[in-house]
Amino acid sequence: MNNDKAPALALANLWVAFTAFLAAALLGLYQVVERSGLFPAIESPAWYFAAVSTHGVLMGFVLTTFMVMGFGYYTATTSLAQPLWNRSLAWLSFWLALVGVLLAAYALLTGQASVLYTFYPPLRAHPIFYIGAVLLIVGSWIWCLEMIMMMITWKRSRPGQPVPLVMFGNVANALMWLWASAGVAAEVLFQLLPWSLGIIDTVDVGLARTLFAWTLHAIVYFWLFPAYIALYTLLPRAAGGRLFSDPMGRVSFIMLMVISVPIGFHHLYMDPFQETGFKLMHMFGTFMVAIPSLLTGFTIIASLEISGRLQGGTGLFGWIGALPWREPLVTAAGLGLLLLAGGGFGGIINASYAMNTLVHNTAWVPGHFHLIFGGTVALIYFGIAYHLWPKLTGRSLRSPGLVLTQLWLWAIGMIVTAVPWHWLGLLGQPRRISSTPYDTPLVAAWQPFETLMVFGALLLSLSAILLFYNLVTSQASGKSNPDTTLAYAEPVHAVLSLPRPLNGFVIWNWILLFWMIAAYGYPIVQFFLLDTYGAFPWNV
Amino acid sequence: MHIDPLERRWIILTLVLMLAITGVLLGYAIAANLHPPSNVETIDSTRLHLTPEFAEDKLGVAKNPDGTLTVTMVAGRYGFYPQHVEVPVATPVTFRIASADVLHGVHVPLTNLSTMIVPGYVSEVTTLFEKTGEYPLLCNEYCGLGHDHMWSRLTVISPQ
Ligand code: HEM
Ligand SMILES: [Cu+2]
Ligand SMILES: [Cu+2]
Repeated sequence: MNNDKAPALALANLWVAFTAFLAAALLGLYQVVERSGLFPAIESPAWYFAAVSTHGVLMGFVLTTFMVMGFGYYTATTSLAQPLWNRSLAWLSFWLALVGVLLAAYALLTGQASVLYTFYPPLRAHPIFYIGAVLLIVGSWIWCLEMIMMMITWKRSRPGQPVPLVMFGNVANALMWLWASAGVAAEVLFQLLPWSLGIIDTVDVGLARTLFAWTLHAIVYFWLFPAYIALYTLLPRAAGGRLFSDPMGRVSFIMLMVISVPIGFHHLYMDPFQETGFKLMHMFGTFMVAIPSLLTGFTIIASLEISGRLQGGTGLFGWIGALPWREPLVTAAGLGLLLLAGGGFGGIINASYAMNTLVHNTAWVPGHFHLIFGGTVALIYFGIAYHLWPKLTGRSLRSPGLVLTQLWLWAIGMIVTAVPWHWLGLLGQPRRISSTPYDTPLVAAWQPFETLMVFGALLLSLSAILLFYNLVTSQASGKSNPDTTLAYAEPVHAVLSLPRPLNGFVIWNWILLFWMIAAYGYPIVQFFLLDTYGAFPWNV
Repeated sequence: MHIDPLERRWIILTLVLMLAITGVLLGYAIAANLHPPSNVETIDSTRLHLTPEFAEDKLGVAKNPDGTLTVTMVAGRYGFYPQHVEVPVATPVTFRIASADVLHGVHVPLTNLSTMIVPGYVSEVTTLFEKTGEYPLLCNEYCGLGHDHMWSRLTVISPQ
């Protein structure tokens, strides 16, 4: 079957993702140690901020984008049982994105792009950094096109049939990302790139921040999507059961696509140049985006309960112990959901526009997103990799024991790192600092938490190395695995037909269009009505 | 299409929960008159020293006719100027801050004095300090390699 070489393309994408991950994890360890102040000899803001910029770009943009693309190509070809829409174009997207990453990495590692992964103007990076970013985005757009075209061609030959849930999720993510990335693409193409090249003298920082915020919330759902798709379509089967509800998966994917794009504005709660009324409106949207996650939590836990009971678990909680915890995806998802519960609570604080004041830009924020993104999302990425590896490489995992150890180490390491990180934030420590040269008693109160984080970071980097080791050794010398067909979870009630809005996206794109005009129309137009003053570039 | 009764109940519960949380937050924000620091006002950040408000000799604490205070400050790499500000406890204080260069943020830990400071715009935030003492004003947005060193002092004193 897979003679269209989708496995090779998927593997190529996943290897870029996990190589970037390993490099970034080791930088993460260095960062935690540097900022702890325990080793004065290694303290250097220049190195620290080059490292954090690189770590943020690799984790936030490279690991995620390549993971999304590899997962999408492979699940699309296997679930639709049809070849890639355009194989050469798909490889072109891989190479474009990779060249983009290498260009950006050059600027980052030579200290010419120490502007952090958010690259807020008027700090200016080397133009190569922005060019690299554009190539990565263009590569991801080609992936979106592939996903959309594959669904369209499949539907044409099977009118009225439900699109497989896994593909419905991939396309929801592709459409969401096309909408979401328009903001940052406009910022980079019309403002930052020409400005860094000296073609224009100044940029309006308020406009640039608004455009970046447009992208900044939905991008986290772009990262999260493959994880959620795997929870619905791979996990129930790995756990030996069935998916509780297929339509609920579609509803959640649609809600994620529609609601997450118009709410990035909450990243501007503390900025002066947007009116309170718009901030309030976006607070409501922000709370609504919790709904698909709550629905997902319910459906996934219900599916797991079915599996546990099928395997003889009884009683209120007995089914939990009966789950096949030796399956990497089951353990990864279980640990991931645990961290998500903690992270979700923190998210409610951030989202409420009054409470946010206390934690805005403090260490609470990196603590929060390491828990959810570095914890939940990364764990499920690992679970997906372990689940797909035997199918992609034709070889079984080399050492199942080490695989489970790696997952547990990561979860424990992340708790030990992220809990004190939240605490530092509540005690007022700003994020993004390499040292604490302030003359206040708070500094002494911060120290124990920073020291604790060093232990967490050690566990995490050990786990990252182990992940890489597991993937390499399995591919190189795992036992041959002849069964390379990827099977998806069956729903409890088979879906034979669906109302149109649950089997396509036309109406949802229209809704999103009107919502975006309401949410961002005036906030963006105002910059052209006001007498604004642009900012000249500054080096770090 | 099949929807389980349990599922239907969970959907309703989720909606009620979200409405309740937003309701509580909104009610509280209105009752306590809390709002984030919005202030749509532009300024030419390259010419602060030529403006009547942000020229060097105009910075600092000023008393308004109604007894409230206004503190005018400039944020620039790497400090908030003037570098030491003294205000009385339990008095409404309005901070007006402009950036002379890049993006900054200011946060006084354990209080709700927090706002981004964006070149080209004037930030304004009003608060009231409930406890006397020495507080640091910390920059909380990365503004360059010296970002760690960007801070100033705030002293909250009891009224004479
Ligand atoms: C070995 C594991 C990790 C360690 C020790 C670690 C540590 C750190 C540290 C110390 C920072 C700097 C924060 C600051 O200066 O405020 C940071 C930033 C960041 N980390 Fe991690 N991290 C790890 C894994 C991850 C993972 C798995 C992700 C996401 C998948 C991630 C995403 C990010 C991002 C996006 C930033 C940039 C934040 C910013 O610019 O403010 N990290 N990390
Ligand atoms: Cu967000
Ligand atoms: Cu600063």
